[in-house]
Amino acid sequence: MTSMAILTIFALSIFVGFEVVSKVSTTLHTPLMSGANAIHGIILVGAIMVADGATSTLETSLAIAAVLLATINMVGGFVVTDRMLEMFKGKPKAAKAKDAEAAK
Amino acid sequence: MNKNIYELLGLAVALSFILALKGLSAPKTARRGNLIGAAGATLATVVVFFAPLGEGKSHHNTILIIAAIAIGVLVGVPAARKIQMTQMPQLVALFNGVGGGAAALVATAEYLNLGDGASTAEVVATVFTVIVGCTSFSGSVVTFLKLQELMTTRPVVFPGGRFVIAATLAGVLGTGGWTISSGGNTPLLVMGGLALLFGVLFVLPVGGADVPIVISLLNAFTGLTVAASGYVLQSTLLIVAGTLVGASGTILTRKMAEAMGRSLFGTLFGAFTAKPQVATGEAEARSVKSGSPDDVAILLNYAQRVVIVPGFGLAVAQAQHTVRELADMLAAKGIDVAYGIHPVAGRMPGHMNVLLAEANVPYEQLVEMDEVNPTFPQTDVVLVVGANDVVNPAAKTTPGCPIYGMPILDVSEAGNVIFLKRSMRPGFAGIENELLYDAKTTLLFGDAKDSLTKVVNALKAL
Repeated sequence: MTSMAILTIFALSIFVGFEVVSKVSTTLHTPLMSGANAIHGIILVGAIMVADGATSTLETSLAIAAVLLATINMVGGFVVTDRMLEMFKGKPKAAKAKDAEAAK
Repeated sequence: MNKNIYELLGLAVALSFILALKGLSAPKTARRGNLIGAAGATLATVVVFFAPLGEGKSHHNTILIIAAIAIGVLVGVPAARKIQMTQMPQLVALFNGVGGGAAALVATAEYLNLGDGASTAEVVATVFTVIVGCTSFSGSVVTFLKLQELMTTRPVVFPGGRFVIAATLAGVLGTGGWTISSGGNTPLLVMGGLALLFGVLFVLPVGGADVPIVISLLNAFTGLTVAASGYVLQSTLLIVAGTLVGASGTILTRKMAEAMGRSLFGTLFGAFTAKPQVATGEAEARSVKSGSPDDVAILLNYAQRVVIVPGFGLAVAQAQHTVRELADMLAAKGIDVAYGIHPVAGRMPGHMNVLLAEANVPYEQLVEMDEVNPTFPQTDVVLVVGANDVVNPAAKTTPGCPIYGMPILDVSEAGNVIFLKRSMRPGFAGIENELLYDAKTTLLFGDAKDSLTKVVNALKAL
């Protein structure tokens, strides 16, 4: 990859990153932070690439430790975000159920 | 696997992350957004095992890698599933920290792998990743200790602290320069150690109330380290994903800081400007008015409008269901009930909304600060349940106190204020609350859930 291509990708990603969260409501700050946190767990892919190419014991141990930590970050991050959001989602349903009961 | 297919799949994953962040910004699509992100991340993890290899290279350590992933899942999933909702912020901090640590380890391992063959740009990216990754790791551990209350939640400031921090930062940058100019393993190791120390020093002077901003900031930092490792590893996916998190995390941090009336700059460099706190001990002996659950029930019963201000104490006592029961009873009596939600009620912005949603509190009763503040003069009773800092007038009246300048809920404008508190202990930020001594304030001591249950029973008896 040329440096120019990398710079282009980098610059465009910054703008997309700014843009996608620009309208977030306060209510969702915590889940959004948690979700973004899970996304940077994608370093797992990098950790696997390094571990896959590692030959010395030192490199291997560092890379395997990285795989372990990155997995915790990624998997734990997505699960905890889902738990937070589960609660938001439960609400309209419960309200609907109540309305349905009231209608009867 | 064919190189083009591999890269196309990488692009799909990058797009899934954009969709995930987009989805997470709106309540309706948030959960789906998170699932899209998780699906993308899973796909990327599987696909990387089939990455096309360069000439003469072979796969190593596959079994070890899979074992490490399995252990990671066994640690991460139960932690995320079993954690109490009140302890969620520190878990997010910890997840962020291990992510930063992972990025630093990846960069170090790749640096060893490249050896003398590394280009200057690659070494610079490595140095950046190790510095920021280590800072993020140790900083997150300190925020975890603060939030878990394993250490003091007050700002830790020691004499000459700012010089120590400045010297450490200079040391980090100096060793960074050394690594770039001379290469080798020793400079990188020293630099990593200093960066770990810097992370600790950076977060120590931050007061409890600012911790969420720091978590969000470290989160953005970790994103950038991922992007930098992506550069070293020639992975477009890592560059895109890391930059997305870095950029969106920065915006999010700024929004959080705005919600708390903090300048991002002030929080960032608070470490350098922190002054020892104004002493606030002398008020201890003053008298307060405490009431019984019956008194509180009577006050509520004859009110026309009641605003409930929930805080972290409510979450700790698991009182969200009881508070809803009380609110429903009052509403059934024709009393206008609302919840006044401070943007940082709980330990993170939006934390209280999550907790109340768990108790099925109707969404329309949750009123944000800007909307509820003008209604306090028409409010008869404010019921403050386990909150303190977010209603502390010191934020307006005492320059120099750690929460000065933070917007607060103006509950003192209301007719009566009832505090449900466990003790006279100051709140998370560690500042005395003048409002507790006000003539219109009644205190009801005890566990929030017990107290609320007693008030509910007293109301039933009326």
